[in-house]
Amino acid sequence: MENVSNIVLNVTGVEKTFGGLQALSNINLQIEEGKTHAIIGPNGAGKSTLLNVCVGRLAPDSGTVMLGDETLTGKMPYEINQLGVARVFQTPEIFPELTLMENVLIPALAKRDGQFKFNPFKSLLGDKKIHDEAMSVLEDLGLQDQAQRNAASMSRGDKRRVELAMCLVQSPKLLLLDEPTAGMSRHDTNQTIEILQQIKKRGMTKVIIEHDMHVVFSLADHVSVLAQGAIIAEGTPEEIRGNPKVQEAYLGGAHL
Amino acid sequence: MNNKTTQKDLFLMLAFAAVIFAMPIWLEPIGASYPDLMQKFAIFGIFAIGFNILFGLTGYLSFGHAAFLGIGSYTAVWSFKLLTMNVIPGLIFGTLLAGVFALAIGFICLRRSGIYFSILTLAFAQMSYNLAYSVLTPITNGETALQLTLQDPRILDDAPLSGAGLPSTELFGVSMSGLPGFYFCAVVLIIAFYVSLKIFRSPFGLKLAAIKSNQNRMGYTGFNTRPYLLAAFVISGMYAGLAGTLMAVTDPLAGAERMQWTASGEVVLMTILGGLGTLIGPMIGAGLIKYFENIFSAFNENVLHEIFSFLPEILENLMVFIINPFVGKGWHLTLGALFMVIVIFLPGGIMEGLSRIAKWVRKDRSKPTGDDMGTAKSKPSPGEG
Ligand SMILES: Nc1ncnc2c1ncn2[C@@H]1O[C@H](COP(=O)(O)OP(=O)(O)O)[C@@H](O)[C@H]1O
Ligand SMILES: [Mg+2]
Repeated sequence: MENVSNIVLNVTGVEKTFGGLQALSNINLQIEEGKTHAIIGPNGAGKSTLLNVCVGRLAPDSGTVMLGDETLTGKMPYEINQLGVARVFQTPEIFPELTLMENVLIPALAKRDGQFKFNPFKSLLGDKKIHDEAMSVLEDLGLQDQAQRNAASMSRGDKRRVELAMCLVQSPKLLLLDEPTAGMSRHDTNQTIEILQQIKKRGMTKVIIEHDMHVVFSLADHVSVLAQGAIIAEGTPEEIRGNPKVQEAYLGGAHL
Repeated sequence: MNNKTTQKDLFLMLAFAAVIFAMPIWLEPIGASYPDLMQKFAIFGIFAIGFNILFGLTGYLSFGHAAFLGIGSYTAVWSFKLLTMNVIPGLIFGTLLAGVFALAIGFICLRRSGIYFSILTLAFAQMSYNLAYSVLTPITNGETALQLTLQDPRILDDAPLSGAGLPSTELFGVSMSGLPGFYFCAVVLIIAFYVSLKIFRSPFGLKLAAIKSNQNRMGYTGFNTRPYLLAAFVISGMYAGLAGTLMAVTDPLAGAERMQWTASGEVVLMTILGGLGTLIGPMIGAGLIKYFENIFSAFNENVLHEIFSFLPEILENLMVFIINPFVGKGWHLTLGALFMVIVIFLPGGIMEGLSRIAKWVRKDRSKPTGDDMGTAKSKPSPGEG
């Protein structure tokens, strides 16, 4: 807020109701460049809804979402992605009938070709550069040996990693992660944390929704706590850990 | 990896061309080597290959592609009437006009997906059929079908000798009847197949397949899917138009029944029967359906009596009684039954059947010796996109 040019994502006064349900009420959120911002809160708090508003899946009743100088509210999902926002969904959204390589090639093509390009006579296999790009991301995620496997045959945790690869290949300005480690084994979770820490070194700005406090405390610079559609606390992970209001609303007094 | 695939595609192309050109030879033993039928194989092959680019790649099921077939035919016949009996202008105009119509119809129908899209295309095709049948009779000649007459201007052709009959379609002097007509269709088919192969191997083709797989994801991945779908719709409409012009080339006559929904449904059956989304499958499906149509519709009660005459009379009559409804005009009953069997037992169509057999043969061969894993090279089914 002090240094406006440094803010990558700026959410102001966002409201969203479903019928009578107030899913989001007056949400304000500023995320600085290069930071990892965690959003925590009980089930049904509105976390996914907030991301849906950011990527254009839902239109807010009021309020705006800005990416740098660009207004995202009112734009189509593909326009928002082309501006540099990529998202990992709570339930993996991948291309199950295609191979892992193809799953990663498609977002790489989106980054290169834009929202529409008609090139029916170009050979995809002859395009070594884009294959190398995709392969290097698959290597980062330890999926290179399975590049020719069908995505449908992967475990749920691996599908999530595929989806992460699909986002990373676009080197987005802002990466939104909706529970990226849900359904993963301890080992895979740790591996994902490592990957996300590496991305952080590259300076990618991230919003991460997470239930696993271990993940939150390993990654987040800043935490917002969402309960019943409102942000009830904000601060560093340490501040949040000690906040009695949070303990009551979210953790029911459990130890952090 | 890249070189290997390119080589494989080259081999596939050559093999495809060889098989098509050799049709008069290998279709001889099954009695299907006469030009009329082989032209049908080629024409419906083109129709199905194009339809597969829309339905097979994107998953959008159109029930109205016969409309484009009809537009191609009408345009070609008009070209024969007004311009020249040379088939090239008719081919070009018919394909382009079908593309224009596909652009307009696709633009509207693609506002919806799933069943609503299918219903919209069906509605458009029925409208086109009715327009052609009754409303636009000055252009389509309605019920009687559009035909050549001796009074046609044909401004690009020399005036016919007086007393000469109706001219026949030609390609720079070569008459398009009989075998030359088939070879012309065969060349067009090979080009059409090549274009489809290129599309399957292009980034554009991969994006179409991704739309089928998860259209929602495509949006969040940065693609505006509507223009991709429209492009696929127009391409497949142009293939249908091209097939329609070739029908007019082999028989210069265009009737509204070509646009009826049964014709639209037939290409759906061909594509699924052969193998939806595979390169070769739709062509095989088209060939099989046209071949069996030819055989089954030739049977009638007398022929059946002859076939079963070796049986005692009561059995003979029984057999004829059972089989008769499935042949002749009842051939669609057989087609329906065949289709049900395929969809239930082989949802991937003939191509799935072939690849299952190939797998089974490979396993069977590697078992007894146990050491020829290397020689039993994985031969990927050619149609896999
Ligand atoms: N598209 C929708 N239509 C109606 N209700 C919705 C929709 N999406 C979410 N909700 C409701 O809004 C509330 C917040 O949901 P969500 O954002 O998914 O919570 P979470 O914090 O667990 O991600 C829930 O009560 C949910 O049932
Ligand atoms: Mg959620």
